[in-house]
Amino acid sequence: MTTTEPVSAPVVKVEGKLYTNRYLVDAGHPHIKVKPHEKPSKALLSLTHTCPAGCYSLNDKGHVEIAVDGCLECGTCRVVCAATGDIEWSYPRGGFGVLFKFG
Amino acid sequence: MNEKFDVIVVGAGPSGNAAAYTMAKAGLKVLQLERGEYPGSKNVQGAILYSDALEKVVPDFRDDAPLERHIIEQRMWMLDETSYIGMQYRSEDFNEEKPNRYTIIRAQFDKWFSHRVREAGAIVLCETTVTDLIRDSRGKVIGVRTDRIDGNLLADVVVLGEGVNGLVGQTAGLRPELKPNNVALAVKEMHFLPQEVVESRFNLKGDEGVVIEAMGTVSAGLSGLGFIYTNKESLSIGIGSLVSDFSETGATPYGMLDAFKNHPSVKPLLAGSEVKEYSAHLIPEGGWRAIPEVYGDGWVIVGDAGQFVNSVHREGSNMAMTTGLLAAQTITRLHRMREDFSKANLAAYKQALDESYVMKDLKKYKDIPSFIHRNSKMLLGVYPHLLGQAAQNWFRVDGTDKRTKEKEILASFRKGRSLTGLIGDAFKFARAWR
Repeated sequence: MTTTEPVSAPVVKVEGKLYTNRYLVDAGHPHIKVKPHEKPSKALLSLTHTCPAGCYSLNDKGHVEIAVDGCLECGTCRVVCAATGDIEWSYPRGGFGVLFKFG
Repeated sequence: MNEKFDVIVVGAGPSGNAAAYTMAKAGLKVLQLERGEYPGSKNVQGAILYSDALEKVVPDFRDDAPLERHIIEQRMWMLDETSYIGMQYRSEDFNEEKPNRYTIIRAQFDKWFSHRVREAGAIVLCETTVTDLIRDSRGKVIGVRTDRIDGNLLADVVVLGEGVNGLVGQTAGLRPELKPNNVALAVKEMHFLPQEVVESRFNLKGDEGVVIEAMGTVSAGLSGLGFIYTNKESLSIGIGSLVSDFSETGATPYGMLDAFKNHPSVKPLLAGSEVKEYSAHLIPEGGWRAIPEVYGDGWVIVGDAGQFVNSVHREGSNMAMTTGLLAAQTITRLHRMREDFSKANLAAYKQALDESYVMKDLKKYKDIPSFIHRNSKMLLGVYPHLLGQAAQNWFRVDGTDKRTKEKEILASFRKGRSLTGLIGDAFKFARAWR
């Protein structure tokens, strides 16, 4: 995979930002699923940098995976992949997911 | 729950709360559904509160609403990597008895608003995600399905205030899917500082506040629209760009935020702060042309779900409350006249919208979103840089005579953006603006 990150942009880790947030994780019920694929579409691949919570990553088989625990429920991935149908997106069950203290 | 309600309101943000409050106050049997643990727990905004829109719903809001600072100063910055050129306006006239704009913290504000909604008599059910609408055999909406057990709830009319990423309206086919070039993604952090530090850094006393709106290039290859708002003892800082820009350029939202935080003009404002939250949210940017059908048999759409955002003036929460109020007034009138909530009768809501500032402003700027999308490189990259360089040339005293400096500045503009390009941009912008 070739990186499309601008050369001069420093690599920023999002994990440190997510630590400040509160979540109620609905274990075993991920609200977003990536559909099985041979090779990710351009849209699906772009989620590895477009997701503001860094939930999407590319595994060593070349497939895009999601870990929803840090999801901020913004809907960006849903909008990006609406036309391609690469993901299934629903809101977490009532009460679960991110809990903004400030918002 | 087997009882039937006069109205179900989906969502407890500014639009849903304004609608639920107004209808409950008028004596309607209102059920409001919110998927978060408490109202505000899923909501994100900068945030600026526009008093006028809230005053029309809750005239005495200043008595107990959690307001941070009233805004006395507005700074607008155009950024390039090392500089900003800007304009600012500060006035003692904004220190008035009933200030016009406040900074707020949404999770706290929405909780307060929801408390008022309950006091007015509405039932507010949290931790309940609405999954779909229920229709009768003729297709009229008569209720909602939720993720609760026995979660079907019935009402005469449904108000959808489910936000920009509302799935119910889309699942039910009431409104089209968002397009990546019609919606922006913004990320934000809450930076806490002692109150006196906020005040000295921004030249404030008491509850005075400052708003900084920034646009341009925060670092090489990263351009967006940013903001810094002063709260009582924190700063809200965020930046965003169109979703299509992020997915096409390879920039990360958090990388852009950190580049903005590290901009030499921004970094000293944040020094020593403690970050307590990181959030992200979509903002509708399509304007007038992206507004879907906002009413039908048994339903109306209010707030961000209807794309009611003026991206030029960064107004959205006011439009949310106004659309909620207008929908509530239409529904209350029909309820009192014992009329049904048919599409023909609910058309009065759209008429009220058309007569309000909401549709007038959005229509005025109907061509601005596409102008900005087509020219974002110029607006966020080329012009801020050219203007910044021109200012630097002008202010730097280096033995060059002023006429030569003028020539250099003009030449830099013609080089950066040809003369026909300059005139063309000005013409296109003027046409989109008027």
